[in-house]
Amino acid sequence: MRSEVDVVVIGAGPAGMAAAAAAAGAGADVVVLDEQAEPGGQIYRAIESVERDRPADLSFLGDAYAHGSTVAGAFRAVRTDYRPGSTVWQVGDLGKGKRRDVVYSRNGVAETLSVKHLVIATGALERPVPILGWTLPGVMTVGAVQSALKTSGIYPAGNLVLAGSGPLMLQLAAQLIDAHVPIAGIVDTTPPGGLSRAFFHLPRALAAGETLLKGWRMVRTVNRSGVPIYRGATHLQAHGPAQGGGEQGGGEQGGGEKVTSLSFRSQGADYTIDADVVALHEGVIPNTQLSRLLQAEHRWDDRQRCFHPLTNQWGETSEPGVYVAGDGGGIAGGLAAARSGMITGLAVAQSLGLMAEAARDFTSEEQRLRRFIDLSIRPFLDSYYPAPDWIGAVGDDVILCRCEEVTAGQLRAAMAHGCSGPNQAKSFLRCGMGACQGRMCAASVTEVMAATGGATPDAVGSFRIRPPIKPVTLAEVATLDAG
Amino acid sequence: MFQRLPNLIRKPISFSFEGQEIEALEGDTLASALLAAGVSTLRDAPVSGTARAPYCMIGVCFECSVEIDGISHQQACLIPVRQDMNVRRQQAEKEAGDALGG
Ligand code: FES
Repeated sequence: MRSEVDVVVIGAGPAGMAAAAAAAGAGADVVVLDEQAEPGGQIYRAIESVERDRPADLSFLGDAYAHGSTVAGAFRAVRTDYRPGSTVWQVGDLGKGKRRDVVYSRNGVAETLSVKHLVIATGALERPVPILGWTLPGVMTVGAVQSALKTSGIYPAGNLVLAGSGPLMLQLAAQLIDAHVPIAGIVDTTPPGGLSRAFFHLPRALAAGETLLKGWRMVRTVNRSGVPIYRGATHLQAHGPAQGGGEQGGGEQGGGEKVTSLSFRSQGADYTIDADVVALHEGVIPNTQLSRLLQAEHRWDDRQRCFHPLTNQWGETSEPGVYVAGDGGGIAGGLAAARSGMITGLAVAQSLGLMAEAARDFTSEEQRLRRFIDLSIRPFLDSYYPAPDWIGAVGDDVILCRCEEVTAGQLRAAMAHGCSGPNQAKSFLRCGMGACQGRMCAASVTEVMAATGGATPDAVGSFRIRPPIKPVTLAEVATLDAG
Repeated sequence: MFQRLPNLIRKPISFSFEGQEIEALEGDTLASALLAAGVSTLRDAPVSGTARAPYCMIGVCFECSVEIDGISHQQACLIPVRQDMNVRRQQAEKEAGDALGG
């Protein structure tokens, strides 16, 4: 099947919903494609069903999450062609300034949409945390645990250890404590001296007073909970049952069905604590899979240690007609994402001739101001919770590419043999060639190659992304020709 | 590995995993339903064959890949569980065979 539409928005988180609503509100015909079963993105994931089926859980999931109900409601109130459960696997370029083909699958049937304007609102993912043993079952991310809590109301049983740094980990800890879910330990990798590091940015952060206050409340909840907190933790390593010379061999990464403990160093002492689930977190980074596929220009952000696509004030990338809204363009949080989504939606409506320039500018100016206030807390957060600086120097035996099981040592050895960049690493090592298409190793590969070769991350770059960006079956491809 | 919070409003349903009947609640993602039922691994790593389990739960890591009703490489963390789904582990050797790319 193939059809023509003005606007396709990919992603139904705060940015995608706002972009779609703004463009559709002005009269554009907008298709919204989203992988999930309901709107909300990750931040407001499953908000509608939580509200409908288990509203009591909102008490511990918190106000910031409950706000998603208003956001999703506003999206539902505008007429868009919303297609949940859709996976986009290819976006074709039909030449500069022309229409683009967006190919996606839904319920096993593929369809091509020929679009004038494409809004990528695919948000962020958690930065992969390559430590020894991170491929063991039971080692997951903080966001994963939170996601399971939101979508299905399930929580880790047994010894749950949260390990890492950042606002999301703090939020999850507070949510679990409020839900009376026991936490065996919090292994906090935030470098000591957070307040003095961030103090300089506190005055500006006060402009986002409400967010700051919520943060303080979470800190207080966690500190008063009695959960053991190990501060300034480094040298994290997850262990399975095979550890210590078991028959299964292969050390921590090779054997064992499940994680059993986490070891680390904190304030000069070495610890090993029992763990049935380890939830890792080292901040979030933009999901650039689609903007990379379209070969938009990207830049490295040294403070957040990640790449983001370059955009103009409307969110348009170096590729005309391709916009990025929300955290996919740089990490700014859910409230700011909705503002940028609306700004992009207005720009799209204007360029379709559905809105006067003056009207676009007037409405977007207010959003920009509000966004500036939302963003005022970022410098404080980014210096309180600095992006990890150790990934480029991880040990040789640590797996970077989970799919193809490529270690940092193999990558360094390949470099010694002339492997000059991430794309060569694909052919040398199959690194980044597995099912996840490099989503789980791209960030670490750039860090390791930059550190090893003494080059800047911008010079090293990242994987070139090729279609299909998600696995697709021959049967699905066949449905394309049928229509 | 996981437990359910007390919330009984959702409708109980059942499906099969590796031929075994699993109880779930409507609205669960398939990955959540399996974790809650005590299933700790969903796929084998394509190279070494070691057991893997959901890592991200947001559709990026592919560690939750399973075969549903005969179609492989489905991301269990994105798919709502349905009555009578027939789910199997994603086997390592099938990884390259029946999907393009990925
Ligand atoms: S758990 Fe990562 S893709 Fe499903």
